[in-house]
Amino acid sequence: MRLRLVPQETNWDFFRFTKVFFAFSGAAMIASVLMFFAMGLNFGIDFRGGTTIRTESVEPVDVGAYRDAIAPLGLGDVSITEVFDPSFDADQHVSQIRIEAQGEGDASVAQQVIADVEAALQGVDPSITFPSVESVGPKVSGELVVEAVIAVTLAIAAVLVYIWLRFEWQFAAGAVLSLVHDVTLTIGIFALLQIKFDLAIIAALLTIVGYSLNDTVVVFDRVRENLKKYKKRPLKEVLNLSINETLSRTTMTSFTTLIALFALFALGGDVIRGFVFAMIWGIFVGTYSSIYVASAILLKLGVKRDWSKKNDGKGGTQFANIDA
Amino acid sequence: MLDFPVWKRVLIWGLCVAGLLFAAPNLFYSRVETHNDAVQAIERTGTATPELEAEAGGWPSFLPSGLVNLGLDLRGGAHLLAEVHVTDVYADRMDNLWPEVRNALRAERDAIGTIRRQDGAPDELRIRVSRPENIQQAVQAVADLSSPIVSLTGVGARDFEVTSEGADIVVRLSEAEMTASDDRTMRQSLEIIRRRVDEAGTREPTIQRQGEDRILIQVPGIGSAQELKDLIGTTARLTFNEVTGRTTDEHQPVQPGEALLASMNEPGTFYAVDTAPVVSGEDLTDAQPSFDQNGRPAVSFRFNPGGARRFGDYTAEHIGEPFAIVLDDEVISAPVIQSHIAGGSGIITGNFSVEESTQLAVLLRAGALPAEMTFLEERTIGPELGADSIRAGALACAVAFVAVLAFMLASYGLFGIFANIALIINIGLIFGLLSLIGATLTLPGIAGIVLTIGMAVDANVLIFERIKEELKTARGPARAIELGYEKALSAIADANITTLITAGILYFMGSGPVKGFAITLGIGIITSVFTAIYVTRLIVLAWFARKRPKTLEV
Repeated sequence: MRLRLVPQETNWDFFRFTKVFFAFSGAAMIASVLMFFAMGLNFGIDFRGGTTIRTESVEPVDVGAYRDAIAPLGLGDVSITEVFDPSFDADQHVSQIRIEAQGEGDASVAQQVIADVEAALQGVDPSITFPSVESVGPKVSGELVVEAVIAVTLAIAAVLVYIWLRFEWQFAAGAVLSLVHDVTLTIGIFALLQIKFDLAIIAALLTIVGYSLNDTVVVFDRVRENLKKYKKRPLKEVLNLSINETLSRTTMTSFTTLIALFALFALGGDVIRGFVFAMIWGIFVGTYSSIYVASAILLKLGVKRDWSKKNDGKGGTQFANIDA
Repeated sequence: MLDFPVWKRVLIWGLCVAGLLFAAPNLFYSRVETHNDAVQAIERTGTATPELEAEAGGWPSFLPSGLVNLGLDLRGGAHLLAEVHVTDVYADRMDNLWPEVRNALRAERDAIGTIRRQDGAPDELRIRVSRPENIQQAVQAVADLSSPIVSLTGVGARDFEVTSEGADIVVRLSEAEMTASDDRTMRQSLEIIRRRVDEAGTREPTIQRQGEDRILIQVPGIGSAQELKDLIGTTARLTFNEVTGRTTDEHQPVQPGEALLASMNEPGTFYAVDTAPVVSGEDLTDAQPSFDQNGRPAVSFRFNPGGARRFGDYTAEHIGEPFAIVLDDEVISAPVIQSHIAGGSGIITGNFSVEESTQLAVLLRAGALPAEMTFLEERTIGPELGADSIRAGALACAVAFVAVLAFMLASYGLFGIFANIALIINIGLIFGLLSLIGATLTLPGIAGIVLTIGMAVDANVLIFERIKEELKTARGPARAIELGYEKALSAIADANITTLITAGILYFMGSGPVKGFAITLGIGIITSVFTAIYVTRLIVLAWFARKRPKTLEV
C-alpha cells in the first residue's frame, strides 16, 4: 500500500468558507501590521548597526555577571542572551552579546571597544573565547535596509509581470496579493516572537515568495488548462476541480520540503535557526495562501473564459487541445 | 515519442557523469586541497621538493581538482568592507601642484605682485595676489600649466580649472579629472591591498571593488578583523618633505602649507615640514631591507625616472639642509642632505631593527595606499564556529536526504526509486557545478541545498501525479507516461522560472551569505529541472522498454 497524504480522489469544496478565510487572512494581516508598529522587529546589526560578539565558555553563562562586567564601559544599550542548541557539548556554553552602534560617523565599532568588552568578559570567566565578532557601521546598515526592501519589492514586481504575461492580469493580481499576504504574515510572526531579523531573513522571505508562487502557479496552470477543457462550467467549479486535482502534488511537495527544513531546524545549529524558522512558517503560509488567497481572489475577480483564440503559440498553451 | 534519439541519451548521461566527476573532489576535500596547494606552490616557486611532490601526488592529476570554496562562515576568517576616501587624493594633488604654481606665478611677479597661499577647502588651492587688478594674467599663467585629458564627458577637458574670486586665484580639479582620479584611486587601492594580503600568503582571499568607492576584503583563515586591518594598514603613505623647522613644542604654530609632525624615533621632537611632498611613495619602484655603512639595518630604495629627477633636483638645491622621510604623518628620519643624490636611489636609516626594516621595505614595495579608508563593516568568524556549522549542516543534509528518499519510496514505489536516483544525481550535479564555477558555499548556501532537496522532488511529483491522472483515462501505460511528461511541463516551467527569478534577484541584490544562498538555490533549480525532465524520463523509458508492463502503478 502506498503512503497517501490525501485521498486519491478528493472533491472538497474549497470555496465554501471563502468569507471566513478572507476575514481570517485579513485579520492576520492587520494584526501583523499592528504588531510590526507596536512591537517592532528585533533587527540584527545588519539593519541597525552595532556589534555582536558570540562567546563560548566552559563555565555556564552568567548573564548578570557579564552585564555587570560590561556596564562600566558605558556602551549604551547592551543585550546579552544565552544561546541553547542540542548540538552543543555539555561543557559548551554560548551567549550572544549585542552592542549598539557607537558614536557618530560611518565606521563600524572601533576595535578598541571590542577589545575592552573581551577583556572585561575574560575577567569574569578566563575560559571564555569569542568565536565570532561582527560589526556593522550605521551607514552600511541603512543601505542594507533599503536594499532589502528593494529586493523584496523587485521580486514581487518581477513575478507580477511574469504571471501577467503567462496568464491574465487577474491571475497576477491573485498571486501578488497572496505574496504580500505571505510576506506580511512572516514579518508579523517575527515581530510577535521577536526573533532576530537580519539579512538572512530577507533571503528567507524571498524564498518564501518563490515557493508560495511555485505553489500558486501550479494551481493556476491547471486552472488555465481546465478553463479550456470545460468551457461551460462555472468558474467556481473549475477552480475547485483544479485545486482538488493538484492537491496531492501540493501536499507532497510541501511535505518533502518540510521534512528537509525540519531536519535543518533541529540539526542545523543555532546560527541559521531563525532563517529556517522563517522558511517553515513560509511553507505553511504559502501553501495556505495559494488556495485560500490566490485562488479565492481569482474567483472574486473572474477571468476571461475564451482561451482558445488568443494566446495561441504562447508557451504554456501549446498542449491545450490534446484532450479537448 | 517515447524514444529518445541516441545522441540525446549519450548527451544526458554524459552530462550526469561529467557533473559527478566534477563533484567527486569534494568527497576528498582535505586531500584535494593539499594537492592543489602543493601544485600551486610548485608552480609559483618553480622548484619541487620531495614533500611537495608527494602532496601533489595525493590526488591523480588527470581528475578534476576544482573544489567548492568554503565561505568565511564555514571556514572562519575575517571580512572587511572599506570605504576609500577618494577625495583625499584631490587635496594631495593640490599640494603637489603648489610648487609648480608658485614658480609660474613668481615669473609674473611684475604684473601681479606678491603671492601667498591661503588656507581653504582641502580640495582647492587658494592663492592671494597683492595686485588683484591683473588677476586675469595670473589665472592665465596657472591655467597654462593644466594639461588636456581624455574623457568620455567632453573633448578639450583640462585636468584642473582656474577661477578668480576677488583677489584670490582658486584652482580646483575638473569634474572629468575627479572621475578619472577616483577610478585611479580605487584601482590603486585594490592593487595595493591585494599585494599586501598576498604577501601574507593567505589562501584565496577575496578582494573586490563594490560600488563607487568601496572595497570588500575577505580573507579565510586569518585570526581576526584587526589582524587583517593591521596587514592592510590604514594609510601607510610615504613622502619626502622639506623640513622647515625642528622643535620640542607640540603646539608651536606653523605657516600655512606646513604641518608639525612627530618624530618616530626621537620622542618629544617635532618637525615642521612643508606639506607639499618633494617625492612620494608612488614614485618608488623598489625598496629592499639593507644595512648602512655602519652595519645598522636600513632600507634602500629606488625611484622611477620622474621621481628620480625631482629628488635629484631637490637634493642639488638643498645641500646641507635636512629633509624628512614621512610615513603616515610620522617622521621616520630627517637626515641632512650630504650631496646631490642623482640616479634616484637612496637609503633610509633610522633606529630600525632588522625586522622593522624588512617590514618597512615590504610596506614601501607594496606601495602606499593613495587614500585613507574607513571600515564600514568588520566580521570575524572563528574556525571552530565554522567547523561546527559544517558539521551541523552536513548532518542536517544527510538526515533530510534520507528522509526524503524514504518518503518518496513510500509514496511512489518503483517510481519513487527512479525519482530518488535522479535526486542523488541532482545533488552530485549541484556540487559539480559549484566546483566548476568555483562558487563559494556559505551556511545559507547549505540551507539552499537542503531546500533544493525538498523541492527537487517537486518536478517529479508533478509528473508522477500527472501520469496517475492520465492512467485514469485508460489509454495504456505508454501513452499515460508520455502525456504525463508533456502536460506537466508547462507547470514545471512556470513554477521554476518564477523561483529562478527570485533567485536571480537575490543574487544581484544580495551580498555575502545571501548571494551564496542565491547561487545554490539557482543551480539547484536548474539541475532539478534537468534531472526531472531528462534523467528520470530516461530511467522510466529504459525500464518501460525492458518490462513492457500492461498496467502501471505510480
